[in-house]
Amino acid sequence: MLSSNIKGVINGFPLRIEVEKVVEKQVDFNPDFLKNMFSKIDWKALADASKIMGYAELPEEVPDASVLDSDEFLQKFHHALLELHLEEGALVCPETGRRFPVNKGIPNMLLHEDEV
Amino acid sequence: MWYLCVFYHRLLDYRKPEFESLADLFGAFDDDPSSSHSLEWKLPQHHHPDSPFHFVNLPSEDIARNIANRSILVKGVYEIWGEGSSYEELKEAINSYPEDRKLPYLTPDSTFRIIVDSFGKAISFKDQTSRIQGMSYIPFKGRVDLRNPEHKFWLIETDDYESNNGLPPIVDKRIFFGREVGAADRKLLPTYQLKSRTYLGPTAMDAEVAFLMANQAQAMPGKLVYDPFVGTGSILVAAAHFGAMTMGADIDIRVVRDGRGPDCNVWSNFKQYGLQMPVSLLRADNNLPPWRPGLKEIFDAIICDPPYGVRAGGRKSGGRKLLKGTVDPYTVPDNLRSGHIPSTAAYSLAECVHDLLDLAAKMLVTGGRLVYFYPVLRDNNDTLDVDFPKHPCFKLVASCEQILSYRYSRVLLTMVKIGAYTDEIEEAARVQHLEFRENHVKWMEEGNLHSAVFDPDFVGFDEVDSKSGKDPKKKYRGKYV
Repeated sequence: MLSSNIKGVINGFPLRIEVEKVVEKQVDFNPDFLKNMFSKIDWKALADASKIMGYAELPEEVPDASVLDSDEFLQKFHHALLELHLEEGALVCPETGRRFPVNKGIPNMLLHEDEV
Repeated sequence: MWYLCVFYHRLLDYRKPEFESLADLFGAFDDDPSSSHSLEWKLPQHHHPDSPFHFVNLPSEDIARNIANRSILVKGVYEIWGEGSSYEELKEAINSYPEDRKLPYLTPDSTFRIIVDSFGKAISFKDQTSRIQGMSYIPFKGRVDLRNPEHKFWLIETDDYESNNGLPPIVDKRIFFGREVGAADRKLLPTYQLKSRTYLGPTAMDAEVAFLMANQAQAMPGKLVYDPFVGTGSILVAAAHFGAMTMGADIDIRVVRDGRGPDCNVWSNFKQYGLQMPVSLLRADNNLPPWRPGLKEIFDAIICDPPYGVRAGGRKSGGRKLLKGTVDPYTVPDNLRSGHIPSTAAYSLAECVHDLLDLAAKMLVTGGRLVYFYPVLRDNNDTLDVDFPKHPCFKLVASCEQILSYRYSRVLLTMVKIGAYTDEIEEAARVQHLEFRENHVKWMEEGNLHSAVFDPDFVGFDEVDSKSGKDPKKKYRGKYV
């Protein structure tokens, strides 16, 4: 969902993920929420991101909406979307290479003075 | 069908909007989507609008029960079997109430109890018992169970007092008898009260108000709720309690990341109550939000208490001098970049509200709700006559005033997104915002609101005469009295 918002940057998305530590959190499975989110997500970005974070079970291409009836698919989507957390690492702007550090699971998206 | 709704006698302005938001959530308006999405209300005879007693028309008992059980301010919703200004009148009314509505609840295999309640007076135990015995003309066949009855019947009495509880002295003596359909679970409040919360900030939202905000936002399972000024997460805790997925951002990294230790931070506040953790927390500036281009309509609700500079001021990226243009941007040397703390500047209320509306217009789904507090200075005649912020994408559905001091109140605004966000709308919103800013320039700017609230010598901008004409301070802070 995030992108680089440095002034003047046009291609700030998707941010490249630098992984130092990934943690998995247990989250209750909620199919309604997943169906709600499915159409709003940039699928390729999610698939790439979860691959970098060590979970390669998601299809590369945008799946057809009919997969939402499959429980197996929803479980995978659920795991990638909600249970994988980047605990330590960085999000890197693809255009400028600016690193937004991720520390204790919190991405720091604040800009420096010369980027406002 | 008409039900009697009895409210708690507090946060008067919040009671009906909460009820109507929940009515909307539980499908009371589904049959007629073109309706105005407000319910039909009726006051008992001679009752003041601030009275706790209201009759309300609802499509079904299930909806009535759902609303009452989820609400915070509803003491009970009752199917009224009879009412009167004396016990003789009450008896007559109950006896003429249709048998087929009464008998299903009076069967021999059921359990029941009668509860005597009063407003504006106290009834001794002895009198309560004799009143219950006085109801023996109703053919109760079931067994009495005081702990866990299937059916609860309420006998509610109001007094014909002169002036009590601060209400104006027009309330008539009235007795109601009815069957309870549902009631609020106020036990939530001691569970979630702030003093038991591990991680607190100076502006953490009171649990009762946080639940009201979550109800206004119609938080429920399957929905995603966002708070751009998350702080210690006190508002999202309420939304998570109702099953919504939550997400929050704050400009202060110490608050969201570090907290006060490994088990005293925003995450631990959710863990404490066994709630689902937020999907994500991040540090971001609402003035320069880091969303990917084209991202829109992702949140079902945005709930927040924006920093309007009364108790805590807002900050945004960029230094004070930098934004004025008096200094050039400071380029951070590469070796210092990782630990650099960027300077921030004060964030005026006008700007803050504009950014919030813009964010909500983009990021809310159609029909999604924006719920936030907005400060209002009170003038001498106690009327609320303010222009609330407007946006072409939004319709204001509720404004609930909570009077905080003689000088100011905060108003909880609930706005529903009714139209999609387009470039033309962005422009129209900017024009509307400039107009709004023009009209409010006096106190919207940095520091003015703070001094209006706290400065002892402050004279209101449009205050004309001296204090001589003012009434003595009223005991009761309500809109109408």
